[in-house]
Amino acid sequence: MPSLKDLKNRIASVKSTRKITKAMQMVAAAKLRRAQDAAEAARPYAERFDAVMAGLASSVGGSDGAPRLLAGTGKEDVHLLVVMTAERGLCGGFNGSIVRKARIRASELLAQGRTVKILTVGKKGREMLRRDYGDHFVGHVDLTDVKRVGYANAQDIARDVLGRFEADEFDVATIYYARFQNVITQIPTEQQIIPAKFEGGEEADTALYDYEPGEEEILADLLPRGVATQIFAALLENAASEQGARMSAMDNATRNAGEMIDKLTIEYNRSRQAVITNELIEIISGAEAL
Amino acid sequence: MADTLQFDLVSPERKLASVSVTEVRIPGTDGDLTAMAGHTPTITTLRPGLLQVVHQGGTDDYVISGGFAEIGPDSVSVLAERAHPRGEVTQEIYEGMVEEFASAHRDAQAKFENEPGPVDDTAKLLADMVAVGTHIGLDPKQPNF
Repeated sequence: MPSLKDLKNRIASVKSTRKITKAMQMVAAAKLRRAQDAAEAARPYAERFDAVMAGLASSVGGSDGAPRLLAGTGKEDVHLLVVMTAERGLCGGFNGSIVRKARIRASELLAQGRTVKILTVGKKGREMLRRDYGDHFVGHVDLTDVKRVGYANAQDIARDVLGRFEADEFDVATIYYARFQNVITQIPTEQQIIPAKFEGGEEADTALYDYEPGEEEILADLLPRGVATQIFAALLENAASEQGARMSAMDNATRNAGEMIDKLTIEYNRSRQAVITNELIEIISGAEAL
Repeated sequence: MADTLQFDLVSPERKLASVSVTEVRIPGTDGDLTAMAGHTPTITTLRPGLLQVVHQGGTDDYVISGGFAEIGPDSVSVLAERAHPRGEVTQEIYEGMVEEFASAHRDAQAKFENEPGPVDDTAKLLADMVAVGTHIGLDPKQPNF
């Protein structure tokens, strides 16, 4: 049985924990708004880009002159997994679910006898993967100092990935991130970026266009940008997902702390009452003895 | 109103403009072109330069650093890698943009020692960016170029 003093201290400490989680939740909510706005602002560009690329890719894709970024290297032996996670923890299952998805893929590929290389973005994913896949790490991008992800960050990552592709370090690149659906749900997603894949080419629509310079030159110019655009979109989705996950995790923590405080308070009051009753019994029985 | 077109300028981070305009002057890779209503559908890549938009209220200028434009009979969408309204471009922003191309040029020089192709390409982009500066009255500070 803990003493009254112990109980009092416990209650005080849980109360301050609740204050912290509450504050974190509110900070996450504010950041989530901003991250969502950023993701929204980036959408028109990505959508148009995809539409144009899909049209171009469907008209050039089949020919022999298709760029390597679209056609691939003709092999599928070396896979690069770009695992994007958060720089901080305390955001529920956010990092874990992304890492799990990447881990499953990595073990599948290894079982098939392929080579796996891992590029991590964000410290948390790196820490989680280090023990099992530490030997497969080829690089790390640190975004700790970045307050707001900008297109420049995405460009840096894209440049790194493209450089490796040109140096024939891998055949297929896939990015892992969490797509933001709402505060409760973030969907871990894998997306192949090299060779480029586009959803639904609108051939009839884009076949009408004149291209200046030629289709293939434009495609060669745009494909590397497409990689950066996809990475940027993923970074933004990730940022929103992280804050959403943190918000609901901290909401849970705040609620749990509240329940804990209630329980401890009842226990505290009971034992205080027990002490009083005890004292009374002592006084009364003392008086009766006289 | 058959003589106006819908103009959209978007960069990866935000939408800069969405207005109804009469003409758009676009710095294409193969040369400048002006899009007016009824233009043949065209997709062109852009070089660093000045994008001029003419509408009823006057002319808006944007400094862009590349990207591409999609021109249709009644709309023009410019997807620029980096874009700033001319009024917002300070010496500092401008120098940042020039430096981006200058470093790409240096990288290319280091990487492709015996291939003039890629080096010349980056040199051209850098020269275009520098030219924008003189055009809008900012100091390119690239004496050795």
